Amino acid sequence: MKILVCISHVPDTTSKINFTEGDTKFDTNGVQFVINPNDEFGLTRAMWFKEKQGATVHVVNVGGPETEPTLRKALAIGADEAIRINTPATDGFSVAKQLASVAKEGGYDLVIGGRESIDYNGGMVPGMVAKLTGANFVNTCISLEVEGDKATAIREIDGGKETLKTSLPLVIGGQKGLVEESDLRIPNMRGIMQARTKPLTVKDPTDSNNETTTVAFEKPAPKGAVKLVDSVDELVNLLHNEAKVI
Amino acid sequence: MSIIVYTESEEGKIKKIALEAVAYAKGIADQMGTSVTAVTVNSNDTSELGKYGASKVLQVSNDKLNKFNAEAYADVLAQAAKNEDAKVVVLTSSANSKFLAPALAVNLDAGYVPNVVSLPESTSPFKVKHNVFTNKAFAVTEIKTDRKIIGLGKNSYGLKESEAAASTEAFSPNLDAHDFDMEIVSVDKATEKVTIADAEVVVSGGRGLKGPENWGMLEDLAKTLGAATACSKPVSDMGWRPHSEHVGQTGKPVASNLYIAVGISGAIQHLAGINASKVKVVINNDPEAPFFKAADYGMVGDAFEIVPKLTEKLKEFKAQNA
Repeated sequence: MKILVCISHVPDTTSKINFTEGDTKFDTNGVQFVINPNDEFGLTRAMWFKEKQGATVHVVNVGGPETEPTLRKALAIGADEAIRINTPATDGFSVAKQLASVAKEGGYDLVIGGRESIDYNGGMVPGMVAKLTGANFVNTCISLEVEGDKATAIREIDGGKETLKTSLPLVIGGQKGLVEESDLRIPNMRGIMQARTKPLTVKDPTDSNNETTTVAFEKPAPKGAVKLVDSVDELVNLLHNEAKVI
Repeated sequence: MSIIVYTESEEGKIKKIALEAVAYAKGIADQMGTSVTAVTVNSNDTSELGKYGASKVLQVSNDKLNKFNAEAYADVLAQAAKNEDAKVVVLTSSANSKFLAPALAVNLDAGYVPNVVSLPESTSPFKVKHNVFTNKAFAVTEIKTDRKIIGLGKNSYGLKESEAAASTEAFSPNLDAHDFDMEIVSVDKATEKVTIADAEVVVSGGRGLKGPENWGMLEDLAKTLGAATACSKPVSDMGWRPHSEHVGQTGKPVASNLYIAVGISGAIQHLAGINASKVKVVINNDPEAPFFKAADYGMVGDAFEIVPKLTEKLKEFKAQNA
């Protein structure tokens, strides 16, 4: 089985979010970048397929040279090869088109993406890759087993879960549940050394226009101070008469 | 030309978030000088759709579509959009809407922006404001394609009523075999519990509750309020509560009217995930907990004393206001 894991290069979850150039660009100053957490659950599940079922695992990212450390980290965790498509990731649809072209060309059986990236929260890339390549698609995927060309997946739905039977080629939008938090791997020294010599191919983007363009960013209005109350009577009174939520 | 809105239903009944999406679609239709067409699949009562602004309802009735199927539903909506020459398709932020949206976008070659929080700032060029960085910021994005798809963030527009009266037409899309490549083996859904996605009120517990055995008092509070229960990341990582209750940046987002956090310190990732909630209450014994900076109301003290008292008081309040 050939697996392609799509990696988004995102600010660490603890990052303070600021903008620059008149609130039109994300301010990367002092920001640590990581593998998008939803993608990392998928990458870790891919490692399981590699170790238990002999799968090969490639990782891919759409972005400039500054995203390479994130790909090297994925190689250090255990991916076999990395691909970087050399264009900034500015629009979900165009990122999906780039990834779809890599997915088609490489003949992957399984493409693993994350439910959403934690920066733009678009949640569209895996589903679009599936549609563009004609593969089956399971979103918010919390469990995946593959046997031959058959797959069984569990999808989180609002208020529960749904078990699906489908076949390869398959694309998933993964999240926590694919593996547990405690299964996530920190690269060890051996992995980091090996990652330096594993292939990282840089590809030129295929032509595609952006369907959407973000023109400005805004931060939420600053919040007023918390109102501290001493009794539950007062709290219930405020929730009813002031906040009007009960 | 019209605005299409997908009105999701659950066991035949149109969901509240879908009615909010209809009201929102009506807002765009007014901006663009057009009308709203709602698309429903196997829902038996569409009488409320007119009240929120739909002029026309395309009613799809097909037993093959009894279970949600993203590929097939995207196909239905794409055909409806083409038939109606729709320039804008409005979806909600439900798991199912987010599942079908990418396929629909490819189908219609339409730019898609989810988590939208308000009516377009302008319709030509078409610019919408949406949540990014998991509620830590907003972005204004221009959709440049001829057709546009919008995913409306929950609880961001409200149930605004209109004068329109809706006419209903049967709509029979062509479905192909590929639409049914996926087999739904089983659906496991707690029907008696309020889900985080639909809840008006969410009651959430953190490590301060000391162990899973102490969740009874939170469940009592939630039951009294008709609320969903949720938890912080450490609580789900330790296995005290199921992952499906984890709210925050890598868990579920919460956009309820009221969010009550008990024994949650308020890590930045947690606050991001719940920030779209309208009113936040924190109960914590540590007055320095970061949650107090993000909350509207706070009580400093022992959760094990406060929560049962709060539940009692709310029961009294409900009895008086019933």
